[in-house]
Amino acid sequence: MNLEGKKVTLHDMSLRDGMHPQRHQLTTDQMVEVATALDEAGVPLIEVTHGDGLGGASVNYGFPAASDEEYLRAVVPKMKGAKVSALLLPGIGTVDHLRMAHDCGVHTIRVATHCTEADVSEQHIVLGRKMEMDTVGFLMMAHMIPAEQLIEQAKLMESYGANCIYITDSAGYMLPDHVTDRVGILRKELRADTEVGFHGHHNMHMGVANSLAAIEAGAARVDGSAAGMGAGAGNTPLEVFVAVLHRMGVETGIDMWKLMDVAEDIVYPLMTHKVRVDRDSLTLGYAGVYSSFLLFAKRAADKYGLKSTDILVELGRLKTVGGQEDMIEDVALDMKKAGAVE
Amino acid sequence: MEEMTTKVKAVIIGSGNIGTDLLYKALRSEIIEPVWMVGIDPESEGLKRAKELGLETTSDGVKGFESRITDDKVQIAWDATSAYVHESNNDLVKKYGVKMVDLTPAAIGPFCVPPVNLEEMMGRDEQNVNMVTCGGQATIPMVAAVSRVQPVEYGEIIATVSSKSAGPGTRKNIDEFTRTTARGVEVVGGADRGKAIIIINPAEPPLIMRDTIHCLTKDTPKEAEIIESAKQMIAEVQKYVPGYTLKNGPVFDGNRVSFFMEVEGLGDFLPKYAGNLDIMTAAGLRTAELIAEEILRAEAT
Repeated sequence: MNLEGKKVTLHDMSLRDGMHPQRHQLTTDQMVEVATALDEAGVPLIEVTHGDGLGGASVNYGFPAASDEEYLRAVVPKMKGAKVSALLLPGIGTVDHLRMAHDCGVHTIRVATHCTEADVSEQHIVLGRKMEMDTVGFLMMAHMIPAEQLIEQAKLMESYGANCIYITDSAGYMLPDHVTDRVGILRKELRADTEVGFHGHHNMHMGVANSLAAIEAGAARVDGSAAGMGAGAGNTPLEVFVAVLHRMGVETGIDMWKLMDVAEDIVYPLMTHKVRVDRDSLTLGYAGVYSSFLLFAKRAADKYGLKSTDILVELGRLKTVGGQEDMIEDVALDMKKAGAVE
Repeated sequence: MEEMTTKVKAVIIGSGNIGTDLLYKALRSEIIEPVWMVGIDPESEGLKRAKELGLETTSDGVKGFESRITDDKVQIAWDATSAYVHESNNDLVKKYGVKMVDLTPAAIGPFCVPPVNLEEMMGRDEQNVNMVTCGGQATIPMVAAVSRVQPVEYGEIIATVSSKSAGPGTRKNIDEFTRTTARGVEVVGGADRGKAIIIINPAEPPLIMRDTIHCLTKDTPKEAEIIESAKQMIAEVQKYVPGYTLKNGPVFDGNRVSFFMEVEGLGDFLPKYAGNLDIMTAAGLRTAELIAEEILRAEAT
């Protein structure tokens, strides 16, 4: 693979996707510490919100240690070079949250829908562009439909005004060929000035390999996370990916040594759940299940005396999509009932 | 007692899926007679069906039947169009003293969730009542079932609907759903603060509407009373949506009370999985029937 001379914008997820393993309990001080260090290391874009995006604070997903607004107002003013992004899932967050984020100085809004439901993003993408934000359409669980269907959904988001469309491997299910097909078709069929991005999860340990495939297929933005802190087995570990990219001659603008220190000295020590490939996160990847279900399934398994891998496989069989955390306890109760009958 | 021979005449504004399903239900009503269906597309399937079923139809919007409102004695309207045009529809029929049951999320009038507040609302002679949202109809009764036992500080609902049952209106303005439902959880459900989440799932075969209701009670939940209250509330909803069932729960976990519901529709016009649409049309009909009773009672005196 020859990526020599390519340029890519790397986007750190540790303060948003990383909220999942932290059960959304990162404090504003921790957020500021990590973001400042990432900024210092030259990371150009840093995502900050509840793990489930703006407005994610809930019984269903977990109440965070501070509000989205508190996090954003603490982090944004401290950034010297880095820009801050926020995630928004229509159905959870609303345009009111988007306006608040814009008011806090958020530069990039990423509007995320399930990969077949892009048309729910219209009002948010339209507003993002109207407020002159860098506006990204984020197609989640993109392994669930073939590339030919993804392009239709991507074009919808592009038609609303998104200037970048992401292939999002929320389940960490994809293998490099899946990424090549999906990123490739978007790059080929979207307008030349629409960027393509890739967001990976490391559940099958394919985060780095998939991200390389994405760049080769034309992705200009790739997500990763310092120390890999993200849902499931985490996101593509950013410091590892930067090291690989530098060996391959890809420009990132990031100081690899400083980034390694952020990962090692700041992010890894603050993890309350050590993010790694364990049997549960591997099951997420293998069965194609939304990565943030991980800790919910572990808790439901403990509470109802079940195996967490069984719960996750069942959630995959039921074709659950992102945001259906409420199904986990429901499924566990069903399984317990079925077990009691046997 | 004299036998009621006349039914109250009604118009269905909107000839889409909701309007058509409502038509089938309304034709079974013993007290309401749907006489008009109003649409905007002459090719609309809904208008064709309505015509075949003996209704008058127009594809010129509410203006298309304005001149007939008085002659045809139309006294009740359902609006199954969209929040954007509801206000002008309502302004027009209001001039003729027509009562409006609003199935859009426009929410001009007070919220109505039949098993919770329909009866108390009837005494107030409202011109316009709003049916919240499909998710609201499916969940607010359960929030109310808890809040009538003890104070609920926070009520949260998660409505999961199949892709096929989420229409273009919902999709284009999904924020209306979350906002209006959350407000309904507070105003009608009785929670101090409300939150609503909607998830659209494309699985095939389509999943039956699912709803999760989480209440955080101020004090320790009174389990036995909540279980009994929930049982009664579910029975009330089942009177007009027989497929409204408690799948799991209530789960009591600290101050959290959670219900996991499934809503299967009657399958009148819409498929059974679209319980979200069915509960809306069924609640809309039930509300209109109570309004019709009031009208007949007033006319009898």
